[in-house]
Amino acid sequence: MADASLSAPGPKLSPGLRASLPVLLLLIAGFLAPLLTVAAYAFATPKSFEVFRSFTLENLSAIFDPNNTVWTSFVWSLALAFACVAILLVICYPIAFGLNKVFGKWSGLVSVLFVFPLFVSENVRLYGWVLFFIKNGVLDGALKWFGFSGGPELLYTPGITLFGMVYVYLPFMLFPMTLGIAMIPKDLVDAASDLGAGRLMIWREIELPLAMPGILIGALLTFVLAAGAVAEAKILGGQSVITITQDIEVAFTYAQNWPMGSALALILVLIVSGLALSAMARLDLDKILGKR
Amino acid sequence: MQTVGRTRTHFLIRAWTTFVVLAIYLPIACGALAGLSKGRYFAFPVKVFSTEWWGKTWDSFEIQVLVQNSVLIALIVTVLSVLFAFFGALAFARYPWKGRRAFQRLLLLPIFFPQPVLGLALLLWFNALGISPSWKTAVVAHLVWIVPVVTLVIAIQVFSFDPVLEEAASDLGASRLFTLRTVTLPILWPGIWSGALFAFLLSWGNFPLSLYTAGADSTIPKWLYSKMVAGYTPMVPALGTMSTLTAAALLLGGGLIRVLLRRRADLRAREG
Repeated sequence: MADASLSAPGPKLSPGLRASLPVLLLLIAGFLAPLLTVAAYAFATPKSFEVFRSFTLENLSAIFDPNNTVWTSFVWSLALAFACVAILLVICYPIAFGLNKVFGKWSGLVSVLFVFPLFVSENVRLYGWVLFFIKNGVLDGALKWFGFSGGPELLYTPGITLFGMVYVYLPFMLFPMTLGIAMIPKDLVDAASDLGAGRLMIWREIELPLAMPGILIGALLTFVLAAGAVAEAKILGGQSVITITQDIEVAFTYAQNWPMGSALALILVLIVSGLALSAMARLDLDKILGKR
Repeated sequence: MQTVGRTRTHFLIRAWTTFVVLAIYLPIACGALAGLSKGRYFAFPVKVFSTEWWGKTWDSFEIQVLVQNSVLIALIVTVLSVLFAFFGALAFARYPWKGRRAFQRLLLLPIFFPQPVLGLALLLWFNALGISPSWKTAVVAHLVWIVPVVTLVIAIQVFSFDPVLEEAASDLGASRLFTLRTVTLPILWPGIWSGALFAFLLSWGNFPLSLYTAGADSTIPKWLYSKMVAGYTPMVPALGTMSTLTAAALLLGGGLIRVLLRRRADLRAREG
């Protein structure tokens, strides 16, 4: 296979490295290089496009200036992401457990039902919620039809922004968690039960630790994605909350201040990839994906 | 005693899952309802149903161009990402090589990355290279995010692959290409097939990357967003529903073909 197609004369590369080359080149040219460009812009003169020709810490010092209120966006984004993870842990655990132990031959179908929304553009789904919650929308209209005075005003609040994040990122928590719970050997649970361990003890001492890698991946994935979310706050939240991604976007578009936008993006990237890498260093991917 | 407790827990889990599934599809249903109601404005309960907005959306030249762009991008992304991911998955899961851990981590990073930031970073990079954004740069952006996902999907299949099978084939005198065609590919086929379907659908529904990297070329999700922020038009839910139905049909068709392929493989195995 890879050996046959690439066995040209020259320095001998290991089969693994050879097979990785196409993806490696794509990620270097399409992921690492753009990130370096962002880093380069972050140190360029504000409101200029003189990248690589000037070096200044002005952008970063402007962000950390106590008079600048951009930190509130960071706080909002990280707090919402944190809350989103906490809520999703509670929502998804019973479902992930069910997919492994309860639904039996229906598991496949239930999984597809949870996968499918990933393929519907997220702004379409969020807009569906707007139609549900808006005045004379589905909720309001239905309540009036039943003789109530109308629905509560839920749209355009921080709460609904959080709701939108929980909704959009649910599959990203559910599937790693399901993989994690699949790693619990049934024999071990049975053995503990035979030895007289109670349900709660089995869960705390055996099931939870064994499922932890999957749960961690899910939590990390949803945290990172929610911290970079923008559409929820815009479409559902009506910008009652300004997220950090929103600030970055404004710096790039209306403000035409690419260096400032890059500096903000760089800080977000450092937080997010620092978390991702430190968690990944603790995980054995072969074990999780290969179930070995 | 314990069985009673378990039955009740199982009932609660089933009820909770049903509730969450219904909640997931509620907004999609709301969109379908809005796209199928008569008149310029949406109000619930819907008084008169009509397909007028579906018709208007279908006939619009502007939208035909969007559909063409979305299909073109998704098709190219599908073919390229499966090619990249096939070799990527072998490097990820098949060969024990020195850089494998680092490769695995690098591969996961784009998935663990906020897409709006990735889109903006790519925009800066294309600008630095002097490339003006168009549907072609959108293809590159989609690849950066979708190739890792598809690689993971195929890698899961590679993990279940016993390398002994390949070795046996080559011991029996099969050439590398012949082994690839008769041993490796048939085993990996389900993973490749799922990967291709994922690639198409993820590209079809992608918004944040297209928004920043497609330049003046628009896609369905991008157009929907621009109309969404401009004020209500029933074309938004109508096109949204049509796009959703397309994805559903593809997923259903893909699932069906997979079942048929597996059945044929089983049959062939039984006939020996």
